[in-house]
Amino acid sequence: MLIAESILLTIATAATPLLIAAIGELVVERSGVLNLGVEGMMVMGAVCGFGAAFVTGSPWIGVGAGILAGAAMAALFALLTLGIAANQVATGLALTLLGLGLSGMIGEPFVGRSGTKMPVLDIPVLSDLPLVGRLVFGQDPIFYASILLVIGVSWFLFGTRAGLTLRSVGDNHNSAHALGIPVLRYRVLAVLFGGACAGLAGAHLSLVYTPQWVENMSAGRGWIALALVVFASWRPWRVVAGAYLFGAVSIGQLHAQALGFGIPSQFLSALPYLATIVVLVLISRNRRLTLINTPACLGQPFVPGR
Amino acid sequence: MMRIEIVKRPQRSALFSALSPFIALALTIIAGAILFAMLGKNPAEALYYYFIDPLREEWSLHELAIKAAPLILIAVGLSVCYLSNNWNIGAEGQFIIGAIAGSALPVMFPSFQNAFVLPLMLLMGVLGGAAYAAIPALLKTRFNTNEILTSLMLVYVAQLFLDWMVRGPWRNPEGFNFPETRRFHPDAVLPEIWSASGRANWGFVFALLAALALWFLLSRTLKGFEVKVIGQSPRAGRFAGFSTARMVFFAFLVSGGLAGLAGISEVSGAIGQLRPSISPGYGFTAIIVAFLGRLNPLGIVAAGLVLALTYLGGEAAQISLGVSDKVARVFQGMILFFVLGCDALIHYRFRIMRGQPAPSNPGSA
Amino acid sequence: MQHPHDGGAGDLLEVRGLSKVFGSLKACDNIDLAIARGEIHALLGENGAGKSTLVKMLFGSLEPNAGEIFWKGEPVVIGNPAKARALGIGMVFQHFSLFEALTAAENIALSLDRDTPIREIAARARDVSNAYGLPLDPFALVGDLSVGERQRIEIIRCLLQEPELIILDEPTSVLTPQEADKLFETLERLRGEGKSILYISHRLEEVKRLCDRATVLRHGKVVAHCDPGKETAASLARMMVGNEVVRATRPDAPLVAGTEILGICGLSRKPAGPFSIPLRNIWLKVHGGEMLGIAGVAGNGQSEFFEAVSGEALQDSADVIRIRGTSAGRMGINRRRLLGAAFVPEERLGHGAAPAMRLSENLLLSRFRTDARAFLGTLGVIRTGSTASAAKRIVAAMDVRKSGDDPEASALSGGNLQKFIIGRELDRQPALIVVNQPTWGVDAGAAAHIRQALIDLARSGSAVLVISQDLDELFEMSDAIAVMHHGQLSAPLPIAEATYERIGLLMGGADAAHAAAENA
Repeated sequence: MLIAESILLTIATAATPLLIAAIGELVVERSGVLNLGVEGMMVMGAVCGFGAAFVTGSPWIGVGAGILAGAAMAALFALLTLGIAANQVATGLALTLLGLGLSGMIGEPFVGRSGTKMPVLDIPVLSDLPLVGRLVFGQDPIFYASILLVIGVSWFLFGTRAGLTLRSVGDNHNSAHALGIPVLRYRVLAVLFGGACAGLAGAHLSLVYTPQWVENMSAGRGWIALALVVFASWRPWRVVAGAYLFGAVSIGQLHAQALGFGIPSQFLSALPYLATIVVLVLISRNRRLTLINTPACLGQPFVPGR
Repeated sequence: MMRIEIVKRPQRSALFSALSPFIALALTIIAGAILFAMLGKNPAEALYYYFIDPLREEWSLHELAIKAAPLILIAVGLSVCYLSNNWNIGAEGQFIIGAIAGSALPVMFPSFQNAFVLPLMLLMGVLGGAAYAAIPALLKTRFNTNEILTSLMLVYVAQLFLDWMVRGPWRNPEGFNFPETRRFHPDAVLPEIWSASGRANWGFVFALLAALALWFLLSRTLKGFEVKVIGQSPRAGRFAGFSTARMVFFAFLVSGGLAGLAGISEVSGAIGQLRPSISPGYGFTAIIVAFLGRLNPLGIVAAGLVLALTYLGGEAAQISLGVSDKVARVFQGMILFFVLGCDALIHYRFRIMRGQPAPSNPGSA
Repeated sequence: MQHPHDGGAGDLLEVRGLSKVFGSLKACDNIDLAIARGEIHALLGENGAGKSTLVKMLFGSLEPNAGEIFWKGEPVVIGNPAKARALGIGMVFQHFSLFEALTAAENIALSLDRDTPIREIAARARDVSNAYGLPLDPFALVGDLSVGERQRIEIIRCLLQEPELIILDEPTSVLTPQEADKLFETLERLRGEGKSILYISHRLEEVKRLCDRATVLRHGKVVAHCDPGKETAASLARMMVGNEVVRATRPDAPLVAGTEILGICGLSRKPAGPFSIPLRNIWLKVHGGEMLGIAGVAGNGQSEFFEAVSGEALQDSADVIRIRGTSAGRMGINRRRLLGAAFVPEERLGHGAAPAMRLSENLLLSRFRTDARAFLGTLGVIRTGSTASAAKRIVAAMDVRKSGDDPEASALSGGNLQKFIIGRELDRQPALIVVNQPTWGVDAGAAAHIRQALIDLARSGSAVLVISQDLDELFEMSDAIAVMHHGQLSAPLPIAEATYERIGLLMGGADAAHAAAENA
C-alpha cells in the first residue's frame, strides 16, 4: 500500500464518526431542536458497542448495541425537552455529563481488554486496485453506511414531503402546528435518529478506529460534530467536506507527531480543537448568512397554544 | 388516548421555585437506590455509605469543604453567566489557566519567599482565568461565534497546555522525571483554616465571600437587574440602554476570574504543586451546582455542598462497598436531569388529558 | 332583534343557538346566523365580542357546547379543520401560518392534505392567482415577500381547496387602501361565481361598501342582523359598542405651535439585517403642544425609524437628530431620555417591558438613569420602597387592572400592560414622547384612555409623535399626518387637508406632490 493510500484511508476512518454524528445532528437541528448531548450519546455508543461485541464476539451486535444506546440517551433528552419543554441547552449538557459518567462506570471492566474489530470489505478484483481499491472497496461497513446516510438524508430533506414538513417545523413551529402538523412527533423522531447516528459513530470509534475501550474515548468529537453542523450551514454535503477536513487535520497532526518535527506533541494534539474554533469564527462572521441559514426555531421550546 | 397537556403559567410559580431542588434531590435518591439495587448492593446500606457516612467525622467535613470550595467559587461565577444568557461551558479551562498563571511565581522564582507571594499568586490566578475567559467573550462579540463551542474547545487546549508545562518547561528538575512541578514553598501554600481538625483551607472562605458578594449584586443592585434583563429579554435590555456586548465581557470575566481563583486555590492549597491533572472535572460539575442552586448564589452554596458530598460518597462507596467511584459522576448527571425536569414545573402547568387535542389556530382577539 | 332571513332551505350555512363556554366565560351565547349562497356576510364586533370563537367553531378548531350547524340544509358536526375543508369551508386567518425559509409553493403544499408534487402545486397556484387577480410568484421565498403578497399566498392556498364558503379574518388590517380595493375586486368576483364570504371586520366603511348583510356581536351575543348598506357607520358602531362611542376630546384648533422639540434632519439608515427596511432621508419637526401622526402599513420602516429616534440605533452624525435643540444623533437612549424624551415601542412583552419582571422592576427599565436619585442608592442598590410606591402611583393614574400587588408583566392583559408602560413614561412628564402603535391589540376602553392621556400630554405643551397603522386613530388625535412608505417619510399633511384617500395614496407609494396634483 502506498503512503498516500494509507493516509487517505486513515483520514476516512477519522472522518467517518464525525460525519455520522454530524449528519444525525443536522436532521435534529433542521427540526428546530438543539441537542448538545452528542458527546454523551457518542461515548455511550462506544462503550456499549465495545461491550456487546466483547461479550458476544460479534461486532455486528456491537454496532446494534451502540445504535440502541445512542437512541436510548436521545429518548431521555426528548422526554425532557419535548415532553416537558425543559431548556434544551442545559438538558444537552446534562446528557453529556451523564453519558460520560455512565460510560465510565459501564466501561470499567473493559479497560485494557482488546476487542473484536469490524471486518473490512474484500471484493476480489476491485479491492486490489491501486490507490482507490482499498479506499472505495475495502473499507468497513460503517464507512459505507456513512455515505449512504448522507445520500439518504439529503434526499429525505429536499426530495420528500416528509422532509419538507420537517424543515417547516424547524422554521416556524407555531405555523406548523396551526396547519395541523404534529410538531412534537417530527421532533421526537428526528431526535431519536440523531441519537442513533451518534451511537453508531461511537460504535465506529470502539470497533473500527481502535478496537478497545478507553475512558472518555470520544475526546470531544461530539462537540466537533456540533461545530461541523454550523460550518456546513445545515446542508448535508457540506458536512462531508467538513468531516473530511477535520479528519485530515487530526491525521495530519498525528503524522506530524510521529515525524518528530520538534513541535511538542501537545500542541499538535490541540490542532483539531483550535481548528474548530477558527472554522466557527470564519463561518459566523457573516451575520446575514447565519440568519438566513439557521433554522429559525432552533433551540426554542414548543408549547402549543396561547 | 392519554397525553400530558402543557400550559404556560402566566407567572412563574414561587412555590415550585423553592421546592424544585428538593424534589430533584429526592428523585435522585430514589433513582440512586434503584441503581445500587441493579448493581447488586443493598440500596439502604449503599445510600448510607454514600450520603450519610461522609458527614459523620470532623475531618470528613473538612474534606467536604475542600471539595465544595472550587465548586461554589466556579458556580457562582457561572450563575452570572447563565442568568445573562452567556453559556460559559469552559470553566474547567479557566480553572486550569488560572492555576498555571498563579503558579508562575513559586515555580519560576522559588527563592522569592515572603508574605506577598500568596496574595500575588491569587491575583495572578484571577487575572489568568479572566484573560482566558475573555477569548470566547471576544469571539462572541466581534464575530458572533457560539460561545458554548469555543469555550469548550479551549478546555481541551488548556488541558493539553498544562500537560506540556508540567512535562516540559516547568518539570521539577529535582523530581526524578515525574510529570509535576516542584512542590510549593510554605509561603506559597494556601493555609488551612483550623489545621487542628482538618485540611480545609481558605479557599472555602473565598467561596463563601464570593457567594455573598454575588448574591448581593444579583438581587439588590442595578447591575444584577441588568444581568437578568439582558438574559431574559435582550431587546428590553437595549431599550433600557444596556449593552449586551459589555455584559458578555462582564459575565465571562467575572466567571473566568472566579474559576481562576478556584484553580490557584486548589493547586496552592489541596495539592501543593502542578500536575497533569488538577481537577476531577470541577468546571463541569460546577455547571450542575449552578443549576441545582437555581442560579442563586446562596442556593449554590448548599448545592455545592451536596455535590461535594457526591464526590466523597463515591470514594466512600468504593472503599466500603466495592462500587466503582465513577458512580459519583452518574449521580451528578442524574441530579442535573432531575433538576431540569422539576424546573419545568416552575414555568408550566401540567394536566393529564384524554382524547385528541384540538389543533389550535392563531386567531384574532 | 331580527331573525335571520326565513327560508333556510336556500342557505349555504345556518347556525342556530350556537354556544361556547370557557370556564365561567361565555364566549359565544346562543348565536343565530345564516349565510345565503353568493353572499358577502359581515361579522361585526369589538375585540372580545366572540367573532373569533364563533369562526373557530365553524372551521372545526373548537367544539361548540350547544347549538347546531346546518350546511346546505343538513345538520353537520365539524370536528376538525379537515372536516371543514371537506365540506367546503375555507379560512384565511389574520395571523398567517407561513414559513419564511420556504417558497410560496412549498408553503401551499404543506397546507394541502394530499401528496401532490410541488411543480403541480406551483402550476395550479399560478392559475388561481391569474384567475382572481392575485399576482404571486410561486417560487419566491416567503421571507422576501411583503405582507400583502403573503396574504395572497394564504388566499390562494384557501382557494385551491375549492371552498364554497370563505371566511376572512380582518383581511385589510395589513393592507393599504389601494391593496384593499384589489382584494374587494377579488371577493366580488368570487361572489359572482356563487361562492359566499364571511367577512370579519371592525372597519365599518369597508363593511358598508362590500357586504350584503351583517351580523353584529357584542359580548358573545348577537345584537343585530342588518343590511349594512341601509345603516350609517355611526349606527353600526352603536350596535357594536352599545352606547355612544367614546371619542377622545381634542381642542378644536391646535395651540400655537411651540418651539421645536424634536428635529429630524436627513435621517438615513442602512438595513440592519436581511429582512430590514432601509431609511432614506427623513426630515421631520415636531413642536411643543403638537401631536404628529405617522401612518403606514406595518413593515415600511416604522420599527427601524423608532430605533433610530430612540437611540437604540445610533446615527452617523450628531446633528441628524435634535432633541430640545441638542444634537443627539450620537447619544444612546438614556442620554436622550435625560434630554426629556420618552419612548414607547410597539412590542410590549420583550421590548417595552421584561415579561418575567415585576411591574416595580419594569419601572427601572426605562427610568433608572433619569430617576437615579429617587430609585437608586449607593453602589447601585435599588430602592425597592421607592419603585414600589411609584408603580402604585402609575397603576392608579392609568387605571391598570391586575391581580396581586406587584405581578410580573406577563400576567397582565395587553391593554393593561400598555397602560402601565405609557403611564410609566407619562409619570416623568416628558417634553417629547415617541409612541409606536399605542393601541394595537388593546381593548376599546383602554385604547380610549391611552389616546386621551396622549392628547392631554400634548395639550400640556409636550411634543407627541405617534406611529400607527390605525388611520381612524390618527385622524382622531393628530394635528398633522405624515406617511411612511418603504423607509421614506412624506411631508406632513395638516389634519384639515388630510383625507383617507390622500393618505391611502401616500401609503401606497405616491408622493405627496403627485397626490396633491391629482386632487387639485
